[in-house]
Amino acid sequence: MSTSARNADTADFHYEQLDQSIGELDLEGDIMVPGAASSVAAAADDLSDPDTLDEPVLATVVRDLRAVGVKFRHVFYPRRNPALLRDWDLWGPLLLCITLAALLRRDGSDDGGGGGDAHFAEVFVVIWLGAVVVTLNSKLIGGAISFLQSVCVLGYCLLPLTIAAVVCQLVLLLGSSESVGLFATRVIVVAAAFAWSTFASTAFVADSQPPRRKVLACYPIFLFYFVVGWLILSHAR
Amino acid sequence: MAASGEWFTSTTSPQNANDSAVVDLENGEDLSDYEVNFGESGSAHQFSQDKQKSQFSQGEPENAQTHFRENVTAFMWQTGKQQAEKAWSLYGNIDILRPYFDVEPFEVRDRLLHSLIPKRPREGPMTTPGELYGPLMVVFSLIALLLYGMKSSGHTVQDGTLMGTAFAVCFGYWLGGGCFAYFIAYLSNTRMSLLQMLSMMGYALFGHCIVTFLGTVLHTDAHLLFYVLWGVLGGLSALKMVVVLVSRTSGGRQRLIVCACVAALHLLFLLYLHFAYHQIVEELEGLGNHPLMPAREAIPSLPEAVNDAHIKSLDVNQD
Repeated sequence: MSTSARNADTADFHYEQLDQSIGELDLEGDIMVPGAASSVAAAADDLSDPDTLDEPVLATVVRDLRAVGVKFRHVFYPRRNPALLRDWDLWGPLLLCITLAALLRRDGSDDGGGGGDAHFAEVFVVIWLGAVVVTLNSKLIGGAISFLQSVCVLGYCLLPLTIAAVVCQLVLLLGSSESVGLFATRVIVVAAAFAWSTFASTAFVADSQPPRRKVLACYPIFLFYFVVGWLILSHAR
Repeated sequence: MAASGEWFTSTTSPQNANDSAVVDLENGEDLSDYEVNFGESGSAHQFSQDKQKSQFSQGEPENAQTHFRENVTAFMWQTGKQQAEKAWSLYGNIDILRPYFDVEPFEVRDRLLHSLIPKRPREGPMTTPGELYGPLMVVFSLIALLLYGMKSSGHTVQDGTLMGTAFAVCFGYWLGGGCFAYFIAYLSNTRMSLLQMLSMMGYALFGHCIVTFLGTVLHTDAHLLFYVLWGVLGGLSALKMVVVLVSRTSGGRQRLIVCACVAALHLLFLLYLHFAYHQIVEELEGLGNHPLMPAREAIPSLPEAVNDAHIKSLDVNQD
């Protein structure tokens, strides 16, 4: 009995040690997946594949919002930055598109119902379909830009026009739409925003086009922002 | 004995950890069987059964959860892969269209200008480009201009939006009219492909763009300006098409048929664009309103008046 008890004690001691040593082992590391990018490259390029599995949701949201904010800043001050094109996302465009569509939504009461929704849908469809058409065109004339990258750039460059829509809404709140001065203010604001949007997006997109065909790629962009600008200008409560 | 009990737990606990962390992942046989079953009857029923299994198997909850997760991941991966392959094949097909967009800016400019300059027919058929960039851009410009005209004239559409109407009208004319003209040309033995016909008719719409733009910006009370522009610019682009078609058709009667059809289609479309969307501007101007105001605000009682009239007519019918 005593020997067995001693044996059990030594065994217990032995396995406790083992357990401790296992507990102290460093179990962290990267799981090597065949076919995936190597972990060294992933560690070197932290932005491309960050480990976000165990971070709090708040951190994720804040990080994404910060990325959107950085892109917004780049729209106001367009610089040639290939990293910006690489880290594309569609959150900003979605945000801007919904804001714009909600601002340009006409009250449904004077349409006899349903008119406001139709306008919302119209703006929404115009923006996405327009972006798709412009992107397809730039692909077709031989641009070296991926589909969603281009949609991302076109969406982010709606920011000046969205601000113009907010300003126009405020101007409309100030007085009636018949006043010439207020109308002129709206025209100037929208024209400036239109010019800025076109300038910013062509600065990003034109780089990816063959040098002789930049004009061909820029014309649809011009047309797209012109239509959006016209929608903003012609919106009267 | 208590010590031996501890002995067992202490020996088994790392093994258990091993089981759940490593062996499950590498247990290829078990996993593949499970996967096949799931793949064969990957229905919602099976899905719910798996879910129940994973909930009720209290003995090895981690195992079941891992399996469940693996299966869902595999299923999602498979479905996603199929979708992505489909999208990729569609995306790859863009290359088929690329030759039709192989054009330089100065070529587009020259073709736009020459769509308004009819040349004297020389011997042999005139060359016609089979290119779609220019026509597509011209049609999009026309859509933008129509939207401009419609908004300023307050043309309202009940079942649809302005953009949808402009899209349907312009693309309907370009594609539908192009196909119709191709059909007529085919009957009259004209040597012309559908692509060339679409390209020619698309470039001819450049005149429409100018006329629509000028008509919207400089509209006057009389239609004189519009008729002059219609005659000059519309006539020039129609004449250009006629010259091309004549050079590519043999036989007097066939030439007459195909040229009359295409020119009539072209000129009537411009008239339609003007009178369908633009005329209301003048009515509004007569009322002394701003052209940018929607018609509804200018004539607020119109729907009510229509309703009243409708009710009255119903009353009359009932009487």
